[in-house]
Amino acid sequence: MKNVTHPSGAGAIPGSSFWNQPVYRSLIIQAITFALIAGTGYYLISNLVMNLNARNIPIGLDFLAQRAGFDIGDAAITYTAQDSYGRAFVVGIINTLKVSLISILLATVIGIVIGIARLSPNWLVKNLTRGYVEYMRNVPLLLQLFFWYALLTHALPSARQAFNPVPGVFLSNRGLFLPTLESDSGFYFLLFGLLAGLTAALIWRFRANTLQKGTGRQLPVFWPFIALLATGGLVGWLLSPQGITVDMPALKGFNFKGGIEITTEFFCLMIGLVTYTSAFIAENVRSGILAVNKGQQEAASSLGLSPVRSQRLVILPQALRVIIPPTTSQYMNVIKNSSLGVAIGYSDLVSVGGTTLNQTGQAVECISLIMLVYLCTSLATSLFMNWYNASVALTER
Amino acid sequence: MKSFKLLTTGFLALSLAAASASAATLDTVKERGKLLCGSNGKTAGFSAPNAKGKMSGFDVDFCRAISAAIFNDPDKVEYIPLTSKQRLTALQSGEIDVLSRTTTWTMSRDSGMGLSFAATTIYDGQGFMVHKDLGVTSALELAGAAVCTRTGTTTELNMADFFNKNKMEYKPVVFEDRSEEKSAFFSGRCDVMTADRIAMAGIRANAPGNPDDYIILPEVISKEPLALAVRSNDSEWFSLVRWVAYALINAEEMGVTSDNLAKMLKSEDPAIQRLLGVNGNLGEKVGLKKDWAANAIGAVGNYSEIFERHVGPNSPLKIERGINALWNQGGILYAAPIR
Amino acid sequence: MAIIHSEPLPSRPAPASNSGLTGWLKGNLFSSPFNTALTLICVYGLWQAMPGLVNWFFLDATWSIFGPEGNANEITKQTVAVCKEAGGACWSLISVKHRFMFFGFYPQDEQWRPLLTCFLLIGMVLISGIRAYWKPWLIVAWLAAIVVCFILMMGGVAGLTYVATSKWGGLPLTLGLAVFSVVFALPLGIALALGRRSQMNLIRTLCVSYIELVRAVPLISILFMASFLLPLFMPEELTINKLLRAQIGIIMFAAAYMAEVIRGGLQAIPKGQYEAADAMGLSYWQATFKVILPQALKVSIPPLVGTIIGTFKDSSLVVIIGLFDVLNTTRVAFSSDPPWSPFYLEAYFVGATVFFIFCFGMSQYSQWLENHLDTGHKN
Repeated sequence: MKNVTHPSGAGAIPGSSFWNQPVYRSLIIQAITFALIAGTGYYLISNLVMNLNARNIPIGLDFLAQRAGFDIGDAAITYTAQDSYGRAFVVGIINTLKVSLISILLATVIGIVIGIARLSPNWLVKNLTRGYVEYMRNVPLLLQLFFWYALLTHALPSARQAFNPVPGVFLSNRGLFLPTLESDSGFYFLLFGLLAGLTAALIWRFRANTLQKGTGRQLPVFWPFIALLATGGLVGWLLSPQGITVDMPALKGFNFKGGIEITTEFFCLMIGLVTYTSAFIAENVRSGILAVNKGQQEAASSLGLSPVRSQRLVILPQALRVIIPPTTSQYMNVIKNSSLGVAIGYSDLVSVGGTTLNQTGQAVECISLIMLVYLCTSLATSLFMNWYNASVALTER
Repeated sequence: MKSFKLLTTGFLALSLAAASASAATLDTVKERGKLLCGSNGKTAGFSAPNAKGKMSGFDVDFCRAISAAIFNDPDKVEYIPLTSKQRLTALQSGEIDVLSRTTTWTMSRDSGMGLSFAATTIYDGQGFMVHKDLGVTSALELAGAAVCTRTGTTTELNMADFFNKNKMEYKPVVFEDRSEEKSAFFSGRCDVMTADRIAMAGIRANAPGNPDDYIILPEVISKEPLALAVRSNDSEWFSLVRWVAYALINAEEMGVTSDNLAKMLKSEDPAIQRLLGVNGNLGEKVGLKKDWAANAIGAVGNYSEIFERHVGPNSPLKIERGINALWNQGGILYAAPIR
Repeated sequence: MAIIHSEPLPSRPAPASNSGLTGWLKGNLFSSPFNTALTLICVYGLWQAMPGLVNWFFLDATWSIFGPEGNANEITKQTVAVCKEAGGACWSLISVKHRFMFFGFYPQDEQWRPLLTCFLLIGMVLISGIRAYWKPWLIVAWLAAIVVCFILMMGGVAGLTYVATSKWGGLPLTLGLAVFSVVFALPLGIALALGRRSQMNLIRTLCVSYIELVRAVPLISILFMASFLLPLFMPEELTINKLLRAQIGIIMFAAAYMAEVIRGGLQAIPKGQYEAADAMGLSYWQATFKVILPQALKVSIPPLVGTIIGTFKDSSLVVIIGLFDVLNTTRVAFSSDPPWSPFYLEAYFVGATVFFIFCFGMSQYSQWLENHLDTGHKN
């Protein structure tokens, strides 16, 4: 911030007029700015107070404790119309985070694959992925969401004629219904078995790593890891007294009952966010890989590493340093863009906040709350990504 | 930089409409030369562009009547399309002069928001629409259904109350915009659509495919008096809007129509003479000329003509008068007398 | 007998397997087993998808209008019947609805005005892309163009009938929102970026908080703020037009992003430039406007074009507060007219194409510019 170095620093310069002394001038300018801002602020706030008084709208957050009176279709925690506006807000926040988190994970995976494919020596792969990236990046997300929503509701069958590819899995324009495990004793046996398996697998990986560091000998990690995990689960299942109950969705009345429901709105918003964001992440990945010196690739090949291993062990770790900062802002964009769900009927924070605003008339409070939540999430994301970025940064000796 | 500043100021000056909301709305409207009417623009029968791109519908005709009463010209209206979320704010902030947009008169809106409802234009109630193939005949059979509705409406709250009261589970799917809601319902995303019954009849009449594939269930789960709203700080304007609406209802009661207006102007009936300004000058009391009501009726017809034109049995909506018939014909439509 | 060539032998042609079609195929599609597998998968996928797509798009598509001229209902009825019969895309939708799609509710007889506005704005954008024209007069031309567009759209003077902003819609609205946003957000963004690097604590803090706050929240919340809160903060007798409120929201939003891009440009200026300007005895404003900003803006232009593309796409969000931009008009074109409602794919395709043409054009331009402007500052 010290780039502009006027001969200030020391303070007043003898012999120059008052206005030409940087210290005073800067003070005066700041004082004027402050007065302007404070004046405008006062003017706006006094207008606000007058307007709110004229409309009998009380100021404050008391309304959050009142009964909400509206229902939310896609609630992750128990919520009914009897609950408070505050709880409705929490449901909205959870929905926003839920769809953002899942979209970020999927978009990252797909983005990396497409980013690498963009650099493939294969002409077809290279150009098909280029077409995908250009199209996704140059069409507004909202239009894509409308498109996906129209497609999903019109092209998928109705609940009664749902696709049923595997027993217990139903896909219709109501959403995707998947079987889930009943949380009875069998479920806990399975969970403990899996946890035990995971612990054993982690220990194995740790041993293999120490061995490699000490002696250079490599032990297989991937398959034993899977095998240990699976064995753990299997043993847990076999030991459970009543076995495991699977909660299968089934058509009852109008809708499917049981299992996990992934609503069309959630599904649609997720597809939109993933396809849109993955294109941006792919471009970050591509430019990250291009930024890695070509010699690194050649060195990896000459060491005899397979293309996959040279990507995984040599290129990507170096590319990550270039990829992470722009990808961080993409992650924040996903969270912000998830607010477009309001247009296709997904009950995210903006949707719930908007409804609350409309039912209570507490516009200032509702919009401030919405903004505050986004501010906090963005800050948290950027803190986390900064930490991650620092952990992969080049450690210079 | 200077020219830039000048331009900015010019641009702002051009676009800021200084409407003196606390002063007389009527004067502002007259000065402006047109009425700003908050409308929906997307609900068939109430307000939607017709084939020529001109706004038409039941709600629209009340704005036209007010315009005719003021200017003796029903077309001096600018229709501001508003979403259900925006409509009350738009009226509060002075963006519109009158809100004629299927808005339910409720206590909280009438008392707590700086708004006043001038007159009920149509008595509606919330209902449900389903596809015929579901085989549902009563709203009480809707347990477990997915229900489409719009956010920011009394409908959303009534729906929650109805299902909770009857201990039925349901899946609300709530949209910001009516076109998404319709698309979701007609594609089968929802089993049920819930809205005010008359508006829903309009949606049904415009169903893709055959309107007869959809039925509106008999239950009426709420009272929805749809009314004209104005800001509550101008009682003269409030009276004007109220009495234009009442004049149209009184005209029906007295048998004055747009067709027989010329004949009725020569009527001997003192009540008709008062209404049409032949005798006395009641228009003056709301700041208008004495032929205000005659102009309004001449432009849009009486209440019955408006109803028949846009929502009645011969319109695509096919709504019977029912409770919207006059008080002396078995309905509850009752306008205070003009005297 | 020694054979001595006085001339070098002509180089032999590349082996047949490395040149020509086979060489290209070998190099680009079948260079390794893995690549061959990828190629086969792609070809199979295309083989499966293409016939259906081509049929829908071209072979089974309906392009023309049927029915008696002037009778809208009959035309709709007959055309939709033909479309359903053919089973492919119904491009007739565009023939019937293009006026609404591109101009919204603007009065039919006056639609030459929005058309002219579109041409003027697009023309100005094209002219601004030519480097030789990056002169001060371009700013004046832009301001003039904006005033002309505004007068053209609004009317009320020079014999043009007045058209209320509530009737504006379609492409001119989208273009206008984007162009106005950029024109007003850019100076604001420059001011914010300079403020962020100011030595005055108060100004720096204000600018940093503004930029970070706006960048942390979604545009929808800003539009909601402009739509619901702005009227509350204004005195009762002052109402701001709905369109202008949305425009203010987008400008505020875009300015924060532009400020960050310009800050990047400012940071790329070597310290020596500041010192040299100071040594010349230039004042802060002279140094900024004559030395620092011209260089910083030059570095920032390619990422700025990225931000402009973003603003253009973001302008579509005004749908949510009920304005009729080109996305909303294409949507309403099929959804509010029941006979046409099955043809949503066609309508969205048109909307997407409009956005794609503008955004893709601009992004290609920014790539070209990046190579072109690369005058060796990057070491």
